[in-house]
Amino acid sequence: MHSFGYRANALFTFAVTILGFMCALASFTDSFNSPSPSVQVQVLKVNWFQKQPNGNDEVSMTLNISADLQSLFTWNTKQVFVFLAAEYVTPKHVLNQISLWDAIIQEKENAKFTITTSNKYRFIDQGSNLRGKEFNLTLHWHVMPKTGKMLADKVVLPGYRLPAEYR
Amino acid sequence: MGWVSDTVDSIKSIKVREVLHQLIVLGMIVTTALIIWKGLMCITGTESPVVVVLSGSMEPGFQRGDILFLTMSKDPIRSGDIVVFNIDGRDIPIVHRVIKVHEREDTEDKYYLTKGDNNPMDDRVLYNHGQNWLEKKHIMGRAVGFVPYAGWATIIMSEKPIIKYVLVGALGLLVLTTKE
Repeated sequence: MHSFGYRANALFTFAVTILGFMCALASFTDSFNSPSPSVQVQVLKVNWFQKQPNGNDEVSMTLNISADLQSLFTWNTKQVFVFLAAEYVTPKHVLNQISLWDAIIQEKENAKFTITTSNKYRFIDQGSNLRGKEFNLTLHWHVMPKTGKMLADKVVLPGYRLPAEYR
Repeated sequence: MGWVSDTVDSIKSIKVREVLHQLIVLGMIVTTALIIWKGLMCITGTESPVVVVLSGSMEPGFQRGDILFLTMSKDPIRSGDIVVFNIDGRDIPIVHRVIKVHEREDTEDKYYLTKGDNNPMDDRVLYNHGQNWLEKKHIMGRAVGFVPYAGWATIIMSEKPIIKYVLVGALGLLVLTTKE
């Protein structure tokens, strides 16, 4: 009944239970954080805009993104994955969501940034609907915790428009 | 040597009634584990509620040996979500992030493109030849939470099966020889 094995087992089980409980608690403390991030995005230039041989529209643009995501960080934050997506509706598609740029932020100090970049991923439509198309740019972020529940939110910036002609 | 002869003695002294009792206890443990697993499947709606990360393609977010909790809710999959998917004809599911989504209005077909955070290119190189998009049927679930390191035991056991057999054997012996 009180052998070494029995006691080792009891101690191990207790330790794992406490560890699991602490992890759950650490994840729970994240819910007390109410972040207030700020985001601005500008389309500086449309580099080129054309129809691919297979009939899909593709556009390349230069973006200026500035954001302050420092308030997302808590003691249980391992990293923040941030990405900018173009979102628009076409007659055939009720939703098109295209990631244009993303970054991984691991330090709170780096969470306030301004960056000028052309789109990292190709902006290609499923079809030929991009001329004169109005679209939203949405900055999404996914907070990855050291342990526990993952959190996500976004800021939608409406009112961007693509040129009416290819260039 | 005392330990060995003790063990032999205790195996010799096993009585039918005790063996039956131990077998029932063992059965209870196994069925409880099964009930928990199947229960999780019902709650989360996915056929594998917990997966172990096997590759470093999502570093630094997820490392080899971390475990992920999955759900398959009615909420639509959007870009940025981390999904677990299965390519037709391959056994090992992949955990990557969705970067593009297109949803058709007429057929309600949904198309997803994924990419590992730590990979330079999107996943079209991983998909089958000629496949440009993932569809709903490929998606097994969406990651909602994670616990670091907890999956290492699984990785070790699946890569060094001998450890698994030794462990199962030792546990079996322990169950059979333990006295109430």
